[in-house]
Amino acid sequence: MSILVNKDTKILVQGLTGKTGSFHTEQALAYYGTKMVGGIHPKKGGETWTGSKGESLPIFASVTEGRDKTGADATVIYVPPAGAADAIIEAIDAEIPFITCITEGIPVMDMVRVKARLDRSNSRLLGPNCPGILTPEECKIGIMPGSIFRKGSVGIVSRSGTLTYEAVFQTTNEGLGQTTAVGIGGDPVKGTEFIDVLEMFLADDATTSIIMIGEIGGSAEEDAAQFLKDEARKGRKKPMAGFIAGRTAPKGRTMGHAGAVVSGGKGDAESKIAAMESAGIKVSPSPARLGKTLVEVLKG
Amino acid sequence: MNIHEYQAKALLKSYGAPVADGVAIFSAAEAEAAAKQLPGPLYVVKSQIHAGGRGKGKFKELSPEAKGGVRLAKSIDEVVANVKDMLGNTLVTAQTGDAGKQVNRLYIEDGADISRELYCSLLVDRSVGRVAFVVSTEGGMDIEAVAHDTPEKIHTIAIDPEAGVTAADVEAISKALTLEGAAVEDAKALFPILYKAFNEKDMALLEINPLIVMTNGRLRVLDAKVSFDGNALFRHDDIRALRDETEEDAKEIEASKWDLAYVALDGNIGCMVNGAGLAMATMDIIKLYGKEPANFCDVGGGAGKEKVAAAFKIITADPKVEGILVNIFGGIMKCDVIAEGVVAAVQEVGLKVPLVVRLEGTNVELGKKILNESGLAITAADDLDDAAKKIVAAING
Repeated sequence: MSILVNKDTKILVQGLTGKTGSFHTEQALAYYGTKMVGGIHPKKGGETWTGSKGESLPIFASVTEGRDKTGADATVIYVPPAGAADAIIEAIDAEIPFITCITEGIPVMDMVRVKARLDRSNSRLLGPNCPGILTPEECKIGIMPGSIFRKGSVGIVSRSGTLTYEAVFQTTNEGLGQTTAVGIGGDPVKGTEFIDVLEMFLADDATTSIIMIGEIGGSAEEDAAQFLKDEARKGRKKPMAGFIAGRTAPKGRTMGHAGAVVSGGKGDAESKIAAMESAGIKVSPSPARLGKTLVEVLKG
Repeated sequence: MNIHEYQAKALLKSYGAPVADGVAIFSAAEAEAAAKQLPGPLYVVKSQIHAGGRGKGKFKELSPEAKGGVRLAKSIDEVVANVKDMLGNTLVTAQTGDAGKQVNRLYIEDGADISRELYCSLLVDRSVGRVAFVVSTEGGMDIEAVAHDTPEKIHTIAIDPEAGVTAADVEAISKALTLEGAAVEDAKALFPILYKAFNEKDMALLEINPLIVMTNGRLRVLDAKVSFDGNALFRHDDIRALRDETEEDAKEIEASKWDLAYVALDGNIGCMVNGAGLAMATMDIIKLYGKEPANFCDVGGGAGKEKVAAAFKIITADPKVEGILVNIFGGIMKCDVIAEGVVAAVQEVGLKVPLVVRLEGTNVELGKKILNESGLAITAADDLDDAAKKIVAAING
């Protein structure tokens, strides 16, 4: 099994005709035939997108039209920052169940507006400023490099894109493989949080262990740790390893991700590590030992 | 992006917030004329630097007994004397670090008779994804200490973006601040104004510490600290014009021209990484092996060869840097683009320190090939651990 996406997920691309959208759509099509079913462009509806290897997809004028004509149940957004919030809202209005926004650099106030709309809808948003989601040998949404994955038993959830790849790479090298890897993104206001993904991994029978990667800023890791403690009391628990990036980051400075900043006395690495350890997660001090740490946990 | 107090107050005043009259000056010659524009007889002379704790700060060049970075003056002559004492000197506060910051601008403001000092800030509360007011009756103090010692004295009121600041919200904030009389009436105008300014100008933080109740019962914004969402500056030409580059690190200014996420640090291993999380983790692992990073640098996902070369040049130009670690796990970023950028930069500016490169992910073979065929003295690393060990070993000789 897997969570959120599988071989049947049908995906539309908002921002297909741009350079980034085109490149990653080609990569997705090449990844076990991920079902990319079309692109969206308000002025190019009716035209056809052609990839560098001759791949082709229909272009629709709106998400609603694309959904109606293809039966798509997901979209992925590569639209530049200034228009990305409107692209998400268009997907929400088209009642797309699962929306992934890759775009980095969306103004926070735009995401506050999106979040209000999202809360009143049945759509789930992953991101923004995230690498997407990948279920090995079935479906790749976003920009994760498919070559490092291997079908297996570890569920991976992370705020950082490139650290997701580290966790994937290391669990592949340890022979464990992944059920699904989810990048929730580094922005302060986002759609899917750790708790949402952890709940799904706990419920997924194929996922027998979990890696959770956080970073400085906010209190999502502390919230997730509390959630895991509460679930453990109900008897729901899986072996977990983790990592928090930013132990050496100076206070008050934003470290690349808009959400990665220790401010107002909140969000430092040590309190997150303590919270995660208290919830039974083995937190690796080194980002290079995520896989090995999980193996140690599994050996008991 | 941060701005000075006087700029923040001018901005809030343009929205109708109650702010004292004041004049910013850049030279001592302007002091007398500036003070004469104010009603007197009480004046405040305030250092304008991008750091807090100014009142308790000390000037490096003055004796330890000299007054701090915010001073009261009871006559125009006193204003002028204080300006001469402060301007051009280096103020060291709890937030500036030991180096301190040179005071190049002063703000001369009309004094106020203070009855109560309150705390009010606006920020985006991530747990609910909404703008929230954070208020406390304990104004004028270090709010982090208040939050730590007496968390019950901090109140958070989140605002529904579709309704805006409602009458009920204003009442809740006023109650939390135990406002009375004229201040309650002032609050009905002030809090919606602050929210409007925050929204329209894409602020990241609007902090008024203190917000005061004057002896006449009215509210006034006594200090204001504002920072803006860097991702939204593209739609605010007026705000970008307020940037004071003398407050920023020269390397960070150069990096921002290339849209690079770069933060200067104190160590001696330069880092170039893709992805903020991996860039922080790379710093962390350097520390784990006993060394300190010279910088945080995330070249981002969509960087081209030129941007990568620019990043590499900024890192090599830092005289503290004794070795460089390039750590790339390509997703959106292609390893061949990184390799081309590094090779181009080294060919242009040379390489005087050890360079360790770790490449993985999209187009990794192509990237490794470009580095190998360049003939440059680059140490290849297999993984992050190997990379960190190799660069630390190279520096230790």
